[in-house]
Amino acid sequence: MAERSFASEVLKLRHGDGTVVSGEGILAVTKALLQSGVAYVGGYQGAPISHLMDVLGDAHEILEELDVYFENSASEATAAAMLAASVHYPIRGAVTFKSTVGLNVASDALANLSSGGVKGGALIILGEDYGEGSSIMQERSHAFAMKSQMWLMDPRPNMTAIVDAVEAGFELSEASNTPVMLELRLRSCHLHGSFVARDNVRPSMTVTDAIENPVRELSRVVLPPASFLHEQEKIDQRWPAAVEFIRERGLNEVFGEGKADVGIIVQGGLYNTANRAMELLGCSDPFGDTDVPVYVMNVAYPLIDSEIIDFCKTKRAVLMVEEGQPDYIEQNLNAILRRAGVACELHGKDMLAEVGEYTTSVVTHGLSTFLEQYLPESISGEPALLLADDHPNSPFVAKDSTSAVEPRPPGFCTGCPERPIFSALKLAERELGQHHVSADIGCHLFSINAPFDIGATTMGYGLGSAGAAALNSKKTDRQTIAIMGDGGFWHNGLTSGVGNAVFNDTDQLLVVVDNDYSAATGGQDLLSSGGENPIRSTKHSIEKAVRGVGVKWAKTVPNTYKVAELRDTFIDALTTKQPGPKVIIAQSECQLNRQRRVKPEFQEAVKAGKRVVRERFGVDAETCTGDHACVRISGCPSLTIKPNPDPMRTDPVATVTDDCVGCGVCGANAHAASLCPSFYRTDVIHNPDFTDRVRTSARSWLISRLSKTVEDRAAAFERQT
Amino acid sequence: MSGWYGGQRPITIAILAMGGEGGGVLADWIVSLGETNGYTVQSTSVAGVAQRTGTTVYYVELYPASEAERGKGTEPVLSVFPAPGEVDIVIASELMEAGRAVQRGFCTPDRTVLIASTSRVYTMAERMSPGDGRVDSNLLLAAAQSGSKRFIGADFEALARDTNSVISAALFGGLAGAEALPFDRIQFEDAVRRSNKGVDASLDAFALGFAAAGIPAPLSAVDDSSQPASSNSVRVAIGPRPAKTSAQLAAEADEHERVDLALNSPAQLVGPGLGNQADRVAAEFPAAARSMLLRGCERTAVYQDVDYVDRYLDRVTRVARVDPDAEDGAELTIEAARNVALWMCYQDTSHVALQKIRSERIERVRTEAKADPKQLIQVREYLHPQADEISDSLPVGLGRRLAKSKSFQRTVGKLTSKGLVVNTTSVVGYSMLWAMARMRPMRPRSFRWQREQAEIDSWLDLVVAAARDGDAPLACEIVECQRVRKGYGETYARGRESFAVLIDAARDLQGSEDAASVLAELSSTALTDEDGSALRAAIAASSRVSVPIR
Repeated sequence: MAERSFASEVLKLRHGDGTVVSGEGILAVTKALLQSGVAYVGGYQGAPISHLMDVLGDAHEILEELDVYFENSASEATAAAMLAASVHYPIRGAVTFKSTVGLNVASDALANLSSGGVKGGALIILGEDYGEGSSIMQERSHAFAMKSQMWLMDPRPNMTAIVDAVEAGFELSEASNTPVMLELRLRSCHLHGSFVARDNVRPSMTVTDAIENPVRELSRVVLPPASFLHEQEKIDQRWPAAVEFIRERGLNEVFGEGKADVGIIVQGGLYNTANRAMELLGCSDPFGDTDVPVYVMNVAYPLIDSEIIDFCKTKRAVLMVEEGQPDYIEQNLNAILRRAGVACELHGKDMLAEVGEYTTSVVTHGLSTFLEQYLPESISGEPALLLADDHPNSPFVAKDSTSAVEPRPPGFCTGCPERPIFSALKLAERELGQHHVSADIGCHLFSINAPFDIGATTMGYGLGSAGAAALNSKKTDRQTIAIMGDGGFWHNGLTSGVGNAVFNDTDQLLVVVDNDYSAATGGQDLLSSGGENPIRSTKHSIEKAVRGVGVKWAKTVPNTYKVAELRDTFIDALTTKQPGPKVIIAQSECQLNRQRRVKPEFQEAVKAGKRVVRERFGVDAETCTGDHACVRISGCPSLTIKPNPDPMRTDPVATVTDDCVGCGVCGANAHAASLCPSFYRTDVIHNPDFTDRVRTSARSWLISRLSKTVEDRAAAFERQT
Repeated sequence: MSGWYGGQRPITIAILAMGGEGGGVLADWIVSLGETNGYTVQSTSVAGVAQRTGTTVYYVELYPASEAERGKGTEPVLSVFPAPGEVDIVIASELMEAGRAVQRGFCTPDRTVLIASTSRVYTMAERMSPGDGRVDSNLLLAAAQSGSKRFIGADFEALARDTNSVISAALFGGLAGAEALPFDRIQFEDAVRRSNKGVDASLDAFALGFAAAGIPAPLSAVDDSSQPASSNSVRVAIGPRPAKTSAQLAAEADEHERVDLALNSPAQLVGPGLGNQADRVAAEFPAAARSMLLRGCERTAVYQDVDYVDRYLDRVTRVARVDPDAEDGAELTIEAARNVALWMCYQDTSHVALQKIRSERIERVRTEAKADPKQLIQVREYLHPQADEISDSLPVGLGRRLAKSKSFQRTVGKLTSKGLVVNTTSVVGYSMLWAMARMRPMRPRSFRWQREQAEIDSWLDLVVAAARDGDAPLACEIVECQRVRKGYGETYARGRESFAVLIDAARDLQGSEDAASVLAELSSTALTDEDGSALRAAIAASSRVSVPIR
C-alpha cells in the first residue's frame, strides 16, 4: 500500500463532460489519459510522479471498467519497452517515470521505439526533477528528445493546459508516428488547481483485441536494413508531419503580438514564472495581458522554424527563457535565425542564469536586464528583489540575526528501521576500521550526512554494489561495503550488482535494506513486500533471489532494531574467509508505512477493550550528563535536546519527544554502543488483565515500603516544599 | 493604475515547515478556504524524499474570482514560486524556519505578516554537539521581528500538544486570528470541518491558536543592530512585553523566593538534617553565592552523607577566601559552589540506581508517557555496566588489581556485553536498584572515590593559585573546565583526558595576559567533538600553550 491513498480523489476520475474537477496536477493527467482513450498505462514510481502511479493504482477499478491495462513496471526500461504495444497496433499507451534518471534507464527501449516509430499514440510522462527539492543530478530531458528525435511537450503549469497537452500529445504521436514525451516540472506535479472535465473514452481497440489479433510488420523491427530506413523516415516524414500538426493545432501560443518590437520566447513550463516577472516589472497583468510579445513553446522539441521566424522577423531583439543547461534551444534558435537571415538579436543565457532553477527571482533579473536594454519604457515596476543585496529595502539585506539559521537537510524519519543499520555499521567500523562504502539511491542515502557520515559514492539506482566493483583485490583482507535498497535491488541490482559480484568473485559485503516498500518514492509495493496486495504478487524473498544467482554467504536479519546483533553480523561478514560477495538482508518495515497501518489498529484494540501495550522511550534528565553521544549514534528526530532542568547544570540534556514510536533503537544503541544508563522504556498498559492487576498490587506493596526508606532519608537533606 | 502595483495581485502565502509536520494539511485548508469563498487558488510544494524531515516550503496564491471574471473570462496566471519581497503571509512551524523565511527574502518588513511558532526543533548540528550547540533563540526572534511587518509568535507547538492535536491546526487558528485574510473565523473553521479528519481536536487547537494571535509575540533580548533603519517601510510599533506563561511566572517567583530565603532563612532551603550546614553557609559565604551553595549541600548530602557536605563547604571555602568579588557578585564562588558539587556527586552505579528509584522520577515518567493516574505502567532501564565501572566502585586495592586484570575485563565484558534491561517497576528490578543505592557507605573505600577526590583537590589548588595571582577570570575558567567531564564509559574517559589537557594548558597559561580567554576558547573547543581531536589540534596550533599530548 502506498504512503498516500487517493481513494477519494480517484472518484473524481468518473466525472463527465462539463464538471469542474479540482485537485492535484497528477490527477488531471490521469483524467486526461482516460479522456484520451488510453488502452494501457505503466510506469515506475519516483518523485515527482510517484503520486501518478499511486492514483493509477487506487483507480484500478475504473481502469478495469474501461478495459485499460495498468502495470507497475519493474523499471523505467520496462515501462518504456511496454510502449512497443503501440508499434503495430493502433492503441494508445502511456508510461510515466522520474526524469532524467528514468530516461537514463529507459533510453535503450526508447531509442528502439523511436527508431521504428509507433502507430498508436505513445506518451511518456516525465516528472522533471530539477531545481529546489530535486534529489538527483541536475540534467535536462531535452537531450533525450534530441538524440532519438522524440517530441517533447512542456505545457504551461496550469491544469487545463496540462490536460490539453496530454490529449494533444497522443494526437501528435499518431500524426507523426513518433513517441511523445510530456514534461511536468516538480512543482507542476504537485500543483493544485482545477479544470473542466470531459467524458472518459473507452479505447477503440483494447490490449485484449491486440493479443487476439497479432500483427507483425518487418519494416518496424530495428535491424538493418530497416534501421537505416527508420533514420530516413524520421527526417523525411515524421519530423515534417510533427511540425505540420503542431502548427495546425496551434500547440505553441503567442501573446501580445504587435504590442512591441522586442519579444520573449519561453518554454511553456516557465510561462507563469515569466508572466509573474513581467507583472513585477509592470509590463503584464494577472491575466497575461502583456505589453511585450511572448512566444510560448508548449512543444519544446522540435522547434517550429516558421513560427520562430515569423515571431522574430518583426522584432529587434528577443530573449530566450530556457531553464537548465546546455542551452539547446538557444543554440537551435541561433541556427534557425542565421539560416533564415533574420536580423533579430537573440539573448538568453547571457542575461539569465546559466544554471539552476528559473525561479521568479532569476527570471525577473534576466528580463529586467533585457528590457532595460531594449525597451526601458515598458518597465514601470521596481520589485524589491532587484535591489542590491546591501540596499536597506532588499529582501536579502544581511541581518546578523539570520546567521543563526542552519541548513536542515532531509533525513531518516522518527523510528526509521534504516537508522539502526547505520548505527550498527558505525559501531562495526569502530572495531574494524573504516571501509570504502558504496551507497545507492533511496532513503538509505541519508547515511551520507550527520550523524552517520557513511557512504563515498552513489552511481545510480540499484548500482550500489556495482559502484564498488573495481575495488576488488585479492591482496587485502579488507572488503568493500555496498548498500542497496529493496527498490534498487529489484530494479536492476540483482543482476547488475549481485550477479556481477558472483560472476567476478567480488569480495564485498552487500547490505540490502529491505523495508517492505519502495519507501523513498512513497511506499509502493515491491516483489519482496510483506503485505498482501490484491492486484500484485508479493512476498518474494530477497535471500532466495541472491542465493538463486549463486551467493553462498547470505543472511537475513529480520529485525534491524537489534543493533548489537546487526553489528556482530556485519563483523562476521567483514571478517569471514569465504570469498565472493557476502549479502546481509536487513529487514524491518518502513516506519512511516507501519505507523499508518498500526495506529488505527491500536486505537481500535483499545476501544474494543483488548490488552495492548504502548511503548515509548525516555531519558532521565538527572542521569544524562549532556554529552549527546546518543544523538551522534542515532539522529532520530524524536531524540533531541532540552534545557537542563537542573539549576546547577548548564548544558542541554537529551530528551525523547512525544513523537517517539517506541521502535527500540534508543535502548539497543544504549546497549550496543555502551551509552549512558539514562535511557528507559515506558510501557503503558491499556485494558490490563487479571494477572497485570495482581502483579501490580504485589509490586506496589513492596516498592512503596522500600521507597519509603529512600525518601525518608532524602527528606532529611532536601528542601521540603 | 492597474496591474501588480495597482493591487491586481494574488494574496501570496508561503508555509515553511519540516517534512511530516503537516504543512501540506495546512496548505490544503487554505486552498479549501479560498476555493469555497470565491477565490481562484493554486498551491504547490516540493515533495518526495527531499521532504523527509527536512525544510519544506509550501506555496499558495489566492486570486478573487470576481476579479478573475473581469479579466475577460480567463483564469489568472498564478505563480509556482514565492518571490522574495512579494509574500503577504509567511507561516513557519518553528522559530528557525521563521528565520529561514527572513533569510530567503520571503518574509520582509514592508509586507509580510509572519505567523510563527516560537518553539524550536533543533537541527542535527545543534543536537549533536557534545556541549551546548543550540543557536541563540533571541537571534531568531530578532530576525522574526525585524524581518516582518507584523509578527505573530506563540508556542503553537505547545498549544497543539495541549489539545492533543497537530501544529498545523494551531497555526491555522493563528492565521485566522491574524486577520490577514479576507475570511472570518466561521469560514476558517468550516475549512477544518470539511477536511473531516480529527475535526474536534483540530478545532480545539485552532481556538487556542486564534486566541494566541491576539497576544503580542515574545521580544528578543538582542538588538538586531545590523538591520538598517527602515526608510520607507511602515513598521508596526512593538507592543508591551507579552504576558508570561504561568509556568515562567511560577519559576521566576520561586527563584525570587529562594534568593530571599538564602539570605534571611537559609535553613528553609535544606532539609532538617542540614541545619548546621545552612548556618555555616550564612556565616561564612558571600551572600550572592548562598543559594547555589545550599543546592550543593542538598546534593552532596543525598549523594553521600553530612560529612561529605562539610567537605564540600570546606572546598568551596578555599575558593571563596580568594574571591576578589566576594562582597558583590561573587562569581568565582558561585561557579565553584556549582562545579565542586557537580564533580563531588559524580555519576557512579550506586548514584544512578538511586536516581532511578526516586518516587518523583517514577511520577515524571508516568506524566511523560501520558498515562492516566490509575493506568499501569512499566519502566525498563537500559543499563550497560562496564568492567571499569565495576572495578571503580570496589574497594581500592581490589579495584586497582581488577582494573589491571585482563581476565576480569573479559569476564565482565562477556557477562554484560549484551547489556541489562532492568524493570524498575518489578519486585526484582526495584530491589536490585534499591540494594545498589544502599551501597553508598562503601563508596569512600572505592578506587574511583580516591581518584576523584585527589583530582578535585589538585584542580582546586590550581584555582586558588590563579586567584591568588590576581587572575580571578582564569580561576573562574579553570573552575568551569569541570564541564568537559561528562558521560559514561568511553565518553567519560575521553572527557577526563580533555580535562587533563585543559588543566595542563591552564598551568601553562598562568601568569600570562588574557589567559582566561585562551582557556575559555580551548575549553569550548573540547566540547566541539567526541574524541577530543579538535582540542588536540587547537593545542598543537596554539602559540600560547605547549602541552604534551598524551
